[in-house]
Order: sequence, then C-alpha cells, then structure tokens
Amino acid sequence: MIDFMGKRKWFFIASGVLLLLCIVFILPVGPFGLTWGVEFTSGSSLTVVFENDDVTQADLLAEMAALGHSEAVIQKTEANEFIIRLNTLEESVQDPDTGKTVSELELIHTTLEDKFGELDIPSSYGISPSLSKSVARNATIAVIVASIAMIIYIAWAFRKLMHSVRYGFCAVLGLVHDVIVVLGIYAILGNAFPLEVNMMFIAGILTVIGYSINNTIVVFDRIRENFLKNPNAPIEETFNRAITETLSRNINTSFLVLLVCVALLALGGDTIRDFMVILTVGVIVGTYSSIAIATALLIEWEKGSLGRILGRLNPRRAFARS
Amino acid sequence: MGRRNIITLAIIVVLFAFSVSVVAVTDIFGRSGMTLGLDLKGGVYLEYQAEFGNESAADNAGRLEETKRIIEKRVNELGVGEPDIYTMNPDRIVVQLPGFADIEGAKSLVGSTAELIFREPVTGVSTSLVGSVNASDNVIAVASTSGFGVGDVFGVGSGSTAETQTIVDMNQADMTFSVTPGFDYDHADGESIVNQWTPAIGLIDGEEYVLAGKYLLPKCLATVDQTSNQPIVAFEWNDDGAMLFSQITGRLVGQPLGIFLDNELISAATVKTQIGANGQIDGLTWEEAENLAIQLNTGALPITLHEVRTQKIDPILGADSLHDGLVAGIIGLALIFIFMIVYYKISGLMACLALLVYGAIVLAIFKLMPVTLTMSGIAAVVLSIGMAVDANVLIFERIKEELRAGKSLGAAIETGFSRAWPAIRDSNFTTIIICIILFWFGDALGAAPVKGFGLTLGIGILVSMLTAIIVTRAFMRALTFTPLAKKVKLFHP
Repeated sequence: MIDFMGKRKWFFIASGVLLLLCIVFILPVGPFGLTWGVEFTSGSSLTVVFENDDVTQADLLAEMAALGHSEAVIQKTEANEFIIRLNTLEESVQDPDTGKTVSELELIHTTLEDKFGELDIPSSYGISPSLSKSVARNATIAVIVASIAMIIYIAWAFRKLMHSVRYGFCAVLGLVHDVIVVLGIYAILGNAFPLEVNMMFIAGILTVIGYSINNTIVVFDRIRENFLKNPNAPIEETFNRAITETLSRNINTSFLVLLVCVALLALGGDTIRDFMVILTVGVIVGTYSSIAIATALLIEWEKGSLGRILGRLNPRRAFARS
Repeated sequence: MGRRNIITLAIIVVLFAFSVSVVAVTDIFGRSGMTLGLDLKGGVYLEYQAEFGNESAADNAGRLEETKRIIEKRVNELGVGEPDIYTMNPDRIVVQLPGFADIEGAKSLVGSTAELIFREPVTGVSTSLVGSVNASDNVIAVASTSGFGVGDVFGVGSGSTAETQTIVDMNQADMTFSVTPGFDYDHADGESIVNQWTPAIGLIDGEEYVLAGKYLLPKCLATVDQTSNQPIVAFEWNDDGAMLFSQITGRLVGQPLGIFLDNELISAATVKTQIGANGQIDGLTWEEAENLAIQLNTGALPITLHEVRTQKIDPILGADSLHDGLVAGIIGLALIFIFMIVYYKISGLMACLALLVYGAIVLAIFKLMPVTLTMSGIAAVVLSIGMAVDANVLIFERIKEELRAGKSLGAAIETGFSRAWPAIRDSNFTTIIICIILFWFGDALGAAPVKGFGLTLGIGILVSMLTAIIVTRAFMRALTFTPLAKKVKLFHP
C-alpha cells in the first residue's frame, strides 16, 4: 500500500501552481489567450489555398483591409494556405468593377484572385452574432446541467456511504481541474501552432471529461467497497488502499489510451491533430486528478478541514464559533 | 459447459453474423452504406432564420413548412444526391447538400424569396426632397407622397449620381418612404424624386391585379435566345396571367416593361408588340437563368429568410478527414489488440474477440438507425472502444486478484466479473448522463457535432457494457471447460 493521501499537500501545491499558470495563459492578456473560433465570436472564417507559394500574410492583410475588413485576423497554416477570420460577411454587396450584386464571399474570392492569382476556398464557415451568442449560452447551460446531473447520480450510486453528495462534488471538481489545465496547455501550444477553440475542440474536451469521470469513479468505487467491508479503518488507510488497488488498472488503461493518442498524433493526419492534442493532454491530467485531486479533496472535506478553511475565509462565522 | 452458457454463445454468434452481414452487404433493409456527415463527405450547410410578421404562431409554423417544401423542390431540381432539409423551432430552416461544393450557387437558389413582379414606367409625377438622404438611411422624408405607392420604384439625382430605390413601406401621416437599407444617396435638400416604375396592373372582371410571378405556369425554361444568343428564361402564363399580360403589353408598345426579382430590376426590354401567353426574361447570366427558371417553377417563398450559419467543406477535404479518421481507428484498434494480448494473454485475446463483436454490433446499429457519422462521431467511437477495453481491464485485474488469492479459474472469473460490475456500471452510467445532455443540447444548439458525439458515444457505451459483461464472460466461461483452464498463468499477467 502506497501512502498517497499523506502526500496530498504536495498534490494541492502542484495543482495550484498548474491551475494558476493555466488561468494566466487562458486569460486574454498580452500575448496569451485562446484563439476562439467563429462559432463563439460570430463572423466568418475562410480557408484560402493559393496556387502561388509567395503570398505573404502581410500582403493578404493589406488586401483584406482594402476590402474594408481591417479587422481580419490571418493565420498561416501551410506554405500557401491561410485561415482568414473576419466579421460576418454580407449576403449581397455591389461589385465596384461590374456594378453587379454579388455575395461578399464571392467579391473577396474574385478580388484576391485578381491580386494573387488562382486560389481555392475549400472550406468556409459563417455564423451570425445572434446565433453565436446562443451557442455560447447553451454550451454553458449544458455544462452546468451535466455537472448537476452527475453529482446527483454519483450521490445516489454512493448512497450507502455517509455524505455521498460529497463524492459527486469532488468528482466534478476534479473535472473542472482537468478542463482548466487542458485549456491552459492548449492556449500555450496555441502560441506555436494554429490551434483554435471550435466545435471539434468542444468534442475533445467532452471526451476528456468522459474519460476522467470514468477514472474517478473507478477509484471512488474501490473506496466505497473498502468502506463497506471495513467501516472502522482510518479514512486515510481506506483511501490509500483503494488507490493502490486500482493503480494497475488506472495505469494500464491510461497507458493504452495514451499509446493510441500518441500514435494517432503522429500518423492520424491533419484533420484530427487538434483533437488528439487535447486527448493526449487530457488523459494524463485526467488520470492524475482521479488518483490525486478528487480523492484528496474528498478526504479534506471528510476530515472537516474544508469547512475550517471556509470558516477562516468567513470572519463572522469564525468569530461566532470562538 | 453449462447449458445457459451454450445458449448465450449461440446468441452471440447469431448476433455477430447478423451484424457483419448488415455492415458487409451494401443494400440491406433499405440502407446502402454508412450515412456520412458533411465534414466527412464534403458539402454545403445553410441555416436560415425566417423573418415573421405579426401572424399567429400556428400561421408562422405553417408558412415555415411551406417554405421548406418550396426549398425542397428547388433543391431537387438541382440534382444533389440525398439533400437534407429540415426546420428547427421556432424559425429556422436548415439545408444540407452533401457532396456539393458551389456554396454561392446554393445560396442564391435556396435563400432568395424569388418574388417576380412586373412594373411599368411612370411619367409626369414627381415630388421633392425636404431633407438630404445620407448613406445607409432607409427612411426618406418627402414633401408629398401623392403619386407613389408601396412597390413603386423612384429615382433621385441624374447622370452618374442617379440612384433608384423601391419603396417597401410608406407613412402618409409623417410623409416618409421606407426603402431597403443601404441607400447611398447623399444630396442636398430640394432635389426632385421621380417615380420611375409602378406595378403593372391589369383588370380581370373589373378588379385590378398586379402582374406577378404567381400567374406563371411551372414550365419556365432556361434557354438561349435565337437571335441575340444570350441566356434567357422562357415562360408561359396561365389564363389570368395571359389576360393581364396582353392588356399590359398592349398598353406599353414602344415603352419598357420592367421585370423585378426581389425588388431588383433584372430586365427592362422595350415592348415591340402586344403579347399573350408567352414571354421571356433577358439580362441574365446562364447560371442566373438556370436558378431563376427553377425558382419560378417552384414559386416564391412566403417569408423572407436571413442567413445565420453557412458552412462549406470541399468534398476532397471531407474525403481526407474520413481517410484520416479510418486510419486512426485502425491503428488505435491494432495497438489495443497487441497490448491486451501481450499483457493479459488468453484473457486479453478473449477481450479482443469481444471487441470484434462490439465493433460489428455498433457499426450495424449506425447503419440501420441510421446514425450520421461525423468526425466527432468517430472520436466518440474511439472513446467508447477505450471504455470497452477499460471494462475488460477492470475485470481482468479483479480476476488476477482472485487468482492470486488462490481461487480456481472458474471461481475467479465469476467473482471477478461480479466485483468489477459496480465500477463499470457507475462509470458508464455517469458518462451516459453526459451523452444524454449533449444530445439534448446539441439539438437545441443546432450543433450537429455535439449532438452526434452524444448519440454515438451513448450507443457505444451501452453496447460496450453489454459486450464486456456478457460476451467476454461467455468466452471466458467456455474456456474453463478446456484443458487450458489448468494453466492459470496464461490468464493473467
């Protein structure tokens, strides 16, 4: 049996530092922050592939500004491939050369083609401000509802134990930890690679959540089993025994998933690369938080130290107690 | 071997054979092949929001349905394979055109109202501006509204600065016209506004009617004019239309007749002689003529649509994604198989066989439901495979503990499965809760990837639980009756 819970102070310190670092990188201050996809910011996003290899980002930026889109953000993804993010394109505008009514996308296409030669727009995406607002709102509601539903289910599944709601809360707190760390590392990597927060990213985060909650419950399940078998054992011992007993399962499964992720990262091709980055980071963080963070939070809560900390933060209550 | 286990094995074999044949046979139960999403197949996605008036909710729902039917007809004329057109409450219409790459063509065909109206020139009536009109204003104050009506086209300025606008609304009380936004006129006070076009009206049984697209027979045809060699749309009127058209053309010989599509002048040919049942529209490109013919044949939309979400994925890009996803899946599966067999030996091999059963059942369900397979769906499948393996790992670790405690293989298997069950149940049910919520919100969001992820993961987890608990166990139980059972070391690391 390994004494995991005796080292929980170190887990808290490590996670605290990691979380702080990640939050700094997520916040849109200075060079940091995430690149949000148009699903969340509204506007349009075009992938433009030129036949010429010598089109530069600056040329393209200048040309977009001339078209009245000085807000355009341009990202170079390959030698001759760019992603242009800009405000919502108009359904119809007047072509200044021909006087004909065309869509703004068509106007951009022909103008860029005149300037830089043959090009292709293999993918484009546009979303109106009202819709993107509802996407962000609904996504938030979905996350909150999912968290509450998980807490309720776990509380029910662990109902034979005291304070079974705490198991649900700690499992969800572990997930919050995982999501923040994955977002932070994604933001850090985003400085070097073209990574954006889009629907595929959301699917990746959800996969990490699904994977991490699985891990956490396996550990909690052992805690439940050991508690019921031996209710009078010291709480630290019960936790340590459960973590040790599930360790080989946790390591095997995580190693296996990680193996698959790394292989796919190397061999899976461009279209799923972002997704695999999230999964690789998420599996490592999720395994760690299931073993160390969710359990450590639970043990602090069970021992009443969370209450003491909250009491200290709330001077009036602390006063009333003394 | 126990009688019940033989029956279980037989059911598994039958189910496996059935699933494999569903997946392998191209045409089965009315399904041919997997249903692929736009991100894997390429294509165009258009989402519109309808602009409703003050009608009741039931009326609006009815008009939305009618709009959907008209769009369906237009898209069918386009000849796209398997278009998917549906409405979303309360005011959305979604058009998906798989395998189609021309997003601009699709937009102008699907989204425009296509209201065709005929107008004739007005002479001699004018009024003057009382305030200057600035760029993007759409309300214009005038000294007098007499001689104007809604739908009339008026002109301001002359020469190169001349501009025309259609009146969409009029307020007699405060003497203002409303025009469509984007009016660019910026001139001084007092310039005269001239009414240029007024709806062409004819009489049927003494009542006045405006000549419009609704009187056309659905026989419009994009063709090339014999003399000018330019693209045109040839049309034919029904009886009422023919009566109006001959009255109007009779009156306008030597003058232009304006043809307006969605309040934009597309043609103003001079009438040479009185015409009856047939006519043509010129001043179009070939693509415009083709689209217009389809739109006239299917009728105008009863409501105005605004784009809220558009997406285009080139079919080649889609094929790349599908290829990447499949390669990823195969590599992932191969790695899992190698690890499981090397580490858990015979038990691992049984788990891999169970995984094959799992894969066949999941694919068969996807094909039969059908579940639209997207990139995020593939991600969900990969995750559910991981969970299926995980369930087996949980079980085998338990069996290992029991064997080390000195139990026989048969007893260890039974205890291992029953001990591992609560963990498998609780972890999978928690994930299923997430799936239900994702499916539900993905639907509300109109976010197909999120919805597809929830659905595929949900199905994957349910099937993986069944295969881990039932199929692997049946295989393991069967092995306890073979000589292998004595070599316990072959069953755990």
